[in-house]
Amino acid sequence: MRKPLKKYKHHQFSSPDKYGYYGEFGGAFIPEMLHANVENLRKNYLKIAGTKKFKTAFNKLLKDFVGRPTPLFYAENLSREFGTNIYLKREDLCHTGAHKINNTVGQILIAEALGKKRIIAETGAGQHGVATATVCALKGLECIVYMGEKDIERQAPNVARMKMLGAKVVPARSGSKTLKDATNEAIRDWINNSEDTHYIIGSVVGPHPYPDMVARFQSVISKEIKKQLKKQTGSELPTHVIACVGGGSNAAGTFYHFAEDKNVQLIAVEAAGCGVDSGMSAATTQLGSVGVLHGSKSLLMQTADGQVTEPHSISAGLDYPGIGPMHANLYKTKRATFLNITDYEALDAAFHLSKTEGIIPALETAHAFAALHKLTFKKEDVVVINLSGRGDKDLSTYMKSAQFLNNE
Amino acid sequence: MNNTLTQLFLQKKERILNVYCTAGFPALDSTVKIIEALQQAGADIIEIGMPYSDPLADGPVIQQSNLKALQNGMTISLLFEQLQQVKKKVTIPLILMGYYNPVMQYGLQKFCEDAAAAGTAGIILPDLPTYEYEKMYKSIFEKNGLSFIFLITPQTSEARIRQADKLSSGFLYAVSSSATTGGSASMNDKVGYFAKLQFMKLKNPLLIGFGINNADDFDTVCKYASGAVVGSAYIKAIAHVDDEVATTEKFVKNIKG
Ligand SMILES: Cc1ncc(COP(=O)(O)O)c(C=O)c1O
Repeated sequence: MRKPLKKYKHHQFSSPDKYGYYGEFGGAFIPEMLHANVENLRKNYLKIAGTKKFKTAFNKLLKDFVGRPTPLFYAENLSREFGTNIYLKREDLCHTGAHKINNTVGQILIAEALGKKRIIAETGAGQHGVATATVCALKGLECIVYMGEKDIERQAPNVARMKMLGAKVVPARSGSKTLKDATNEAIRDWINNSEDTHYIIGSVVGPHPYPDMVARFQSVISKEIKKQLKKQTGSELPTHVIACVGGGSNAAGTFYHFAEDKNVQLIAVEAAGCGVDSGMSAATTQLGSVGVLHGSKSLLMQTADGQVTEPHSISAGLDYPGIGPMHANLYKTKRATFLNITDYEALDAAFHLSKTEGIIPALETAHAFAALHKLTFKKEDVVVINLSGRGDKDLSTYMKSAQFLNNE
Repeated sequence: MNNTLTQLFLQKKERILNVYCTAGFPALDSTVKIIEALQQAGADIIEIGMPYSDPLADGPVIQQSNLKALQNGMTISLLFEQLQQVKKKVTIPLILMGYYNPVMQYGLQKFCEDAAAAGTAGIILPDLPTYEYEKMYKSIFEKNGLSFIFLITPQTSEARIRQADKLSSGFLYAVSSSATTGGSASMNDKVGYFAKLQFMKLKNPLLIGFGINNADDFDTVCKYASGAVVGSAYIKAIAHVDDEVATTEKFVKNIKG
């Protein structure tokens, strides 16, 4: 028998207040040059997303184009290994290979309703870039994707996909030449093209209303998990949900409908890079402090002078010096447990999952799997891991890894 | 509010030239020399940029100057020390411009106290929204005798312009087009917007900035506003010269005509 339901206050953790704050985090710290667009979005996103027309189009695209619902797979071998019940939410089976497309489908419909003709996006691993290029191709809209020069190198297959889909990929050459810098360039593009352009942010970051809007579009993940668990186990509630956190969109979607349920442990997994104390890390909650980046107040890796520091992770999608304000609040209030996983541990987990369950995960996702080793479970626990994406894009990194060579 | 900035606008109503420089650029100790040279050359206001790793509203020229200044080792504390050195020699108003995060880490209260002690008269933080300003910070700026200056753009609604005008003191900063700094759009194409602003009879004097590159641009905007802010063009001019002082002299003369 399960414990009786204990609920937190309505939407305390999953939704912001009307100024876009999750506790002390969030808001819209933007220059006036962005105000008209962000305000237009803020005033309209809930209105548009609430119309019958939007809901019909969104659900139809998720079903017939993205391939939802994605399966919830009982991972027998992993379950045996960890002595518990492990379920995998198969976002890797989404069209284009990751959860990112749930958000781009939603935002492209918003952009259409707002009459925008030109779409811009930032991308790290390239999954969000591909997902954006895909919906732009579908809708016949111009698409420009900003990507750090370093990420263009390490995620080459996704760069080729974006180009084939008709998007223009613009290298971001400033700073660490990764996701943060791509985001800066996208924001500058939006400032310079404010009339006709919509910026599809790829994670639960950015000024209000982006974190809330992206979380809502990704919340389909936990909505489906509930339904599928109910069918497979008789109860819609797991004991643990686990997801990796870059900006935090797959985690936000995985946590969304469980966030107010005290009986469900939320476990967020950050990238430790070469180790939290190595100076080469992206574990924002461990290394960061309260600051403002990309339009919202959140936790941020920075110097004492407030200069943003350059993160490191082997995984381009987690190589970001901040996290979304929703997650900063989950951390601060201790509602979620934050773990961190090194590059090496993530690689190890990727190889292990491939061999034991026949699934090659994205490097980002591999961090969530590595976290299994840092947790203890009871036999009767029900653990859901969000398998946020597949590993095709990371094959060259995997092939360079020592473990691959040792296995030859 | 009564400070050197508000005093200036009481005495001078037209062709006010505000020149932007990035603190610590091109060299760590350039700022003091540049402030003296700008004053000597006839600038009316100096806007000192506090460098930041992620200057979102800036184009390539000012981005590069921020990066260089940070590599040189510029910080807010060091800037305040340098300003203390020139304080006695500077009679024209100095204002500080920067992004919110470094100021937040410095501590806003301490920042305002130290900025006032260093002899500055006003602050521009483009990513500090009006909502936050009113809720938390307005009184701190006021208590320290600092003007706070908001930006408006061609896309800012009339109601919002009036609100920015109400909350600002010293002057209101009108961005010439919705763009990052350093654009090359023609000022002649913007005169409709400038005329509209002129017609609004705002409480604060207006300075127009972003994309003011030469004497023609300066003359054009001065027909509609009290003056202009020149940033990227000046940064470009001093980026690669040996003698910042002589270059500054020439630059200001060229703009003012
Ligand atoms: C497969 C996959 N998982 C996770 C992430 C990290 O992003 P987020 O934290 O927004 O889910 C990415 C980002 O590129 C990704 O491609």
